[in-house]
Amino acid sequence: MIPLLRQILRTGIVSEPAPTVDDALCATTERLSNALTRQLGRALVIRHIDAGSCNGCELEIHALNNPYYNLEAMGIKFAASPRHADLLLVTGPVAKNMEVALKRAYAATPEPKLVVAVGDCGCTGGLFGESYASCGRVSNIIPVDVSIPGCPPTPLQLIQGILAAITPAADSTS
Amino acid sequence: MQFLNQAIEFKPLAEHAALTFAARVSTRELLAFCTAAHQAERRLIALWGSDERDRDAKFGYALHLAFDLAEGLVCLTLPLPTENPEFPDLALAFPAADRMQRTVRDLLGAAPQDGDQRPWLRHANWPADHYPLRRDTPDTRFATCNENYPFVRVEGDGVHEVAVGPIHAGIIEPGHFRFSVMGESVLRLEERLGWKHKGIERRFVGMALSDGARLAGRVSGDSTVAYAWAYSQAAEAISGTPPPPRALWLRALLLEHERVANHLGDLGYLGNDVALAFGLTQFMRLKEDWTRLNARLFGHRLLMDRIVPGGIAVDLDAQGAQAVIDHCHTLANEVRQLKKIYDEHAGLQDRFLSTGRITPQLAKRLGMIGLAGRASAQAWDLRCNHPCEPYDQLAPKMVIERNGDVAARALVRFAEISESLHLIHKIASDLPPGPIRSEFFSAADRRGFGWIEGWRGDVLVALETGTDGQIRRCHCHDPSWQNWPALEHAAIDNIVPDFPLINKSFNLSYAGQDL
Repeated sequence: MIPLLRQILRTGIVSEPAPTVDDALCATTERLSNALTRQLGRALVIRHIDAGSCNGCELEIHALNNPYYNLEAMGIKFAASPRHADLLLVTGPVAKNMEVALKRAYAATPEPKLVVAVGDCGCTGGLFGESYASCGRVSNIIPVDVSIPGCPPTPLQLIQGILAAITPAADSTS
Repeated sequence: MQFLNQAIEFKPLAEHAALTFAARVSTRELLAFCTAAHQAERRLIALWGSDERDRDAKFGYALHLAFDLAEGLVCLTLPLPTENPEFPDLALAFPAADRMQRTVRDLLGAAPQDGDQRPWLRHANWPADHYPLRRDTPDTRFATCNENYPFVRVEGDGVHEVAVGPIHAGIIEPGHFRFSVMGESVLRLEERLGWKHKGIERRFVGMALSDGARLAGRVSGDSTVAYAWAYSQAAEAISGTPPPPRALWLRALLLEHERVANHLGDLGYLGNDVALAFGLTQFMRLKEDWTRLNARLFGHRLLMDRIVPGGIAVDLDAQGAQAVIDHCHTLANEVRQLKKIYDEHAGLQDRFLSTGRITPQLAKRLGMIGLAGRASAQAWDLRCNHPCEPYDQLAPKMVIERNGDVAARALVRFAEISESLHLIHKIASDLPPGPIRSEFFSAADRRGFGWIEGWRGDVLVALETGTDGQIRRCHCHDPSWQNWPALEHAAIDNIVPDFPLINKSFNLSYAGQDL
């Protein structure tokens, strides 16, 4: 126990400040109302869905929970069920074999819900494109609010995109 | 050349990084060779098919097998008739062949004569007679269907099923696990994979030879370096242009970087799965430092697209090499501290020891490879068995454990991190000078193979160009094909709540096997 505690003390707090919001990532102008985003703003629950990625995006999503990015300190956490989620974080081109599962997870997520498409594949279909086995980008299957490009996007870009989905639009006053 | 006392004349293939031999065989010769390879305790690396009807009207399909023999990589090609293409079931000698054979049937329509006839990658989302890897099959998308996959039922008083997935509870890739349980004990686990199948092999067809490396590097993102290197080896064999030595040394540096990064992450998650969140936090911190070093020196956190056919995309200057060496020292110390904490943590050891055990005998029977195989005493490591440059000069130590449980797989990771850091130190100190890229061009109608020990195990890329010099067929093989079936065995007699821990200790690729 003592070496463990010593290690914690020695490491200290390494968390870094959150990046700024990147509004340019918003895929749609129809945002949630400001009243709602304020509610979600600092208590957001995410359900990650891999709809067919190469698993590169997953590595960077994992990194969000490392002590440097410390996503939970911003009040954002991952849940095991879409029924507990406010936001679906979807990676990959949507594999044909995952189409039904993705639609069901979307249907199981309570309203109001947000969808963030992650990575070049999630945004455009990427290298895999559309084929007999791939439905291409996420928005071909479910509505998408924010798209975060990158192969894979860095953890900072991921946070910027997630924050963009839950930050009230600057130009509206509702 | 002849192998295993078989009267099959193999032709050595020129310009390959590992000694590679190929031959066309008859069904009888194939069966005799498989029996001999099985008796000699050699490994089946991969099994795949191809459409050759444009070359031969009578024998229009081909089944390919790659074996690891003491002499090198040995590839057998069995021509199959255009009408009713069937091949013998090889899963009795090599159990891992089962799912690969079913995949050949799903994608190409050449079927095993015997054995499991259930589909594997096809989930009823395209018709059973629609074979995507046949050249004349249009790239059509069909309406989605609900599949009723016939899982094996375990019957008896008190037996019930637990169905998990395809979407799992966590940041994990999709797959389906069907547990038959009695109380808390797992009687049987059956996997259903293929959810991520996105038609990669078809996507390769017609791509420029130099462009394929990007796609190969995204078969399984966590092994992007291994895939890009294996692909480049195959492409360079076709081109006949070996990369300069400095590029090879830098490739090995990146490959070991990838191994260390993945092992760090896994050790963290293994701690987390036994409720030691401290382990996750600490190892993920070390992994992040390591990935940031990648980004700073090589321009990409996961090292994607750094290896290109002909060489490597980024050089490392003396200052960078020193930064790598310094970081290795720091990391080695940190990991040593954490290993001590893991070793002495009674709660963690209690969950790790004897959990998810695969005995060496069973591992050998199943043909396990790579990291999980080495944790069950299967002494396969390409870097030691068939070392290509620079491994022939680095002489890496193979890490072997015998217990085959979660603890053994964690120990292999610890020891491999330490060995990889040692190798990285040597590479960074002894980098040969010179260019990092040689001229690369495609050649028509050639075959090439690439074979690399990724962090999970053997990655094999079998590549072929057509008359136009573009990719005609590219098969990428992930070591997970061999080890997924072993996970089904590892779960038996364990409790369901230990399954995530066992699964993590294997950490197999879904994307890599779903293709």
